[in-house]
Amino acid sequence: MTTQIQARDLSKRFERHTRRAGMVGAMRGLFDRASETVTAVDAVSFDVARGEIVGYIGPNGAGKSTTIKMLTGVLTPSSGEATVAGFTPWSERRKLAQQIGVVFGQRTQLWWDLPLIESLELLQHVYRVPEQRFRENFTMAAELLELGSFLNTPVRQLSLGQRMRGDLAAALLHDPQVLYLDEPTIGLDLVAKTNIREFLAHLNREAGVTILLTTHDLADIERLCKRIIVIDHGHIVHDGDLARLRDKIATERTMTVDFDDPPTLDDQLETRGMRLLDQTGQRVRVAFERSRLTAPDVLTALTEYGSIRDMSIEEPSIESIIQHIYKA
Amino acid sequence: MRLYLELARTSFQQQFAYRAATLAGLFTNSIFGVMIASIFIAFYRSQGNDTVASWTPDQTVTLIWINQSLLMTVFIWGWWEVTRSIQSGAIVSELLKPFDYFSYWLSRDLGRAVAHFLLRGIPTFTVGAIFFDLLRPAGVAAAFGFLGSVTLAVMISFCLRFLSNLAGFWVLDHRGVSMMYVAIFNFFSGMLAPLDFLPDTVQTIARFLPFQAVLMVPNEIYLGRMPIWQGLGVQAIWIVLLTLLVKRILRAGEQKLVVQGG
Ligand SMILES: Nc1ncnc2c1ncn2[C@@H]1O[C@H](COP(=O)(O)OP(=O)(O)OP(=O)(O)O)[C@@H](O)[C@H]1O
Ligand SMILES: [Mg+2]
Repeated sequence: MTTQIQARDLSKRFERHTRRAGMVGAMRGLFDRASETVTAVDAVSFDVARGEIVGYIGPNGAGKSTTIKMLTGVLTPSSGEATVAGFTPWSERRKLAQQIGVVFGQRTQLWWDLPLIESLELLQHVYRVPEQRFRENFTMAAELLELGSFLNTPVRQLSLGQRMRGDLAAALLHDPQVLYLDEPTIGLDLVAKTNIREFLAHLNREAGVTILLTTHDLADIERLCKRIIVIDHGHIVHDGDLARLRDKIATERTMTVDFDDPPTLDDQLETRGMRLLDQTGQRVRVAFERSRLTAPDVLTALTEYGSIRDMSIEEPSIESIIQHIYKA
Repeated sequence: MRLYLELARTSFQQQFAYRAATLAGLFTNSIFGVMIASIFIAFYRSQGNDTVASWTPDQTVTLIWINQSLLMTVFIWGWWEVTRSIQSGAIVSELLKPFDYFSYWLSRDLGRAVAHFLLRGIPTFTVGAIFFDLLRPAGVAAAFGFLGSVTLAVMISFCLRFLSNLAGFWVLDHRGVSMMYVAIFNFFSGMLAPLDFLPDTVQTIARFLPFQAVLMVPNEIYLGRMPIWQGLGVQAIWIVLLTLLVKRILRAGEQKLVVQGG
């Protein structure tokens, strides 16, 4: 298993000039400017193996974009080291650029004034992609991302979702080994989101592209990532398997049961390790610790209160898991 | 290399889209050409139509029209694309590409300059030639020397513009830099009058500055007032010096870059 992205104690501090309030403050600002240091990323370390898809998540201002900018080489860290595809990003930026693809959901990499197709053709020359290879990649992207209807539209006239698909196509024409995606589904409708997720999954599966993905849409994570890294206030607060995280944090499951007739429940439930959430007519919802009880245990216990028509089990939502981490 | 040609071609083509702006610009340049040339003709008449500071009336009027014609080609003012992209953070997408940032913008600018030479330069000069007695190039060699010199002038002007744009890494507002640049350029380039009209000391200073290599030198080659190789040589030296300076400052700026937004 080769390591494709390696970050060691990466930190980035920004000087921020603060403006003092009011007239007097503004006058003072002419002579001595007040400034404070913001630590956007604080000693972040992780490894990403070739072919992995890692979700890099955290609340607003956590330091996700800043980390990605350092790993692409456009920002020089205040301290720490990193290697991406064998290069030190900020000192070998141009060499690394040939090996990576980047999509910043918030801004485009395409030329505003050019029709999408011309932007893509220009990129062929930027990355010196052989004609044959370019045609193959272009055809694949155009098909999977359904670019056909707006290839000849200038980029400035594209809708957000169209532009994002264009940007994705642009990011992989040169067969990058690593793909950084900073909020690639921001502001898109469900169809476009699904489309993009399937495309990324395809790319990872077929071409073995390593993907580091930030998003606030946890459905992206559930569809694409086995592993997530959670960052908050510049610190990594969790790094690991999504399933194991669920086991570790979200220990409580919920079972919903429909009885034939409204049952009369008693406090026996509590002593057996179940917690009654609510009861409406025939429908009863109980919560239980997955470490203490299995679903059949719970079901058996409940049959004592009447015959059961239907039941379902809910795993804790990924949102609640993430919230749990942020709060910790 | 192919990339840089493609970039030049694309920005060349883009200029042809701005038809209304091209016509309006042609109009403005012509008005200024007529005004300034008329002032000089009146001035010369008051001097008995003699040469002034070694310039004949025809030479001076020709210089005024060449300047107005080249104004857009060398593109002196109002180009802040690099500053804007530094400040908006859009520079990120350019730095993320495996090309040389300076060459990227230079090739786009050369494509633009060729388009402006055809769309603005030649028409403006034609208008001038209709209303005034403009001189022809001093000879065939001078004509070709002039074209070469204009090309180098575009590169020098580009370096100067690029340098003032790089100030964007350090100052947030480019208006101050912009006003200063325009004032200095107008004064030291020979834009409004031949440099020889200026007091001796100012002239000496101007000859050691890059601004005269943008307008004065092409004019003097055209008019046969300066040996072709001397003019091109001076321009080449400026290009080398300015390019080195640009690369130094660019590297320092990149280290300092804080990407805004997103
Ligand atoms: N150029 C800058 N100058 C000053 N502070 C900055 C700069 N860029 C980012 N920051 C600060 O660094 C911190 C991390 O920002 P970053 O953009 O990395 O967050 P993020 O995790 O991407 O957030 P979001 O989910 O909102 O995109 C924030 O507090 C932000 O204000
Ligand atoms: Mg961000």
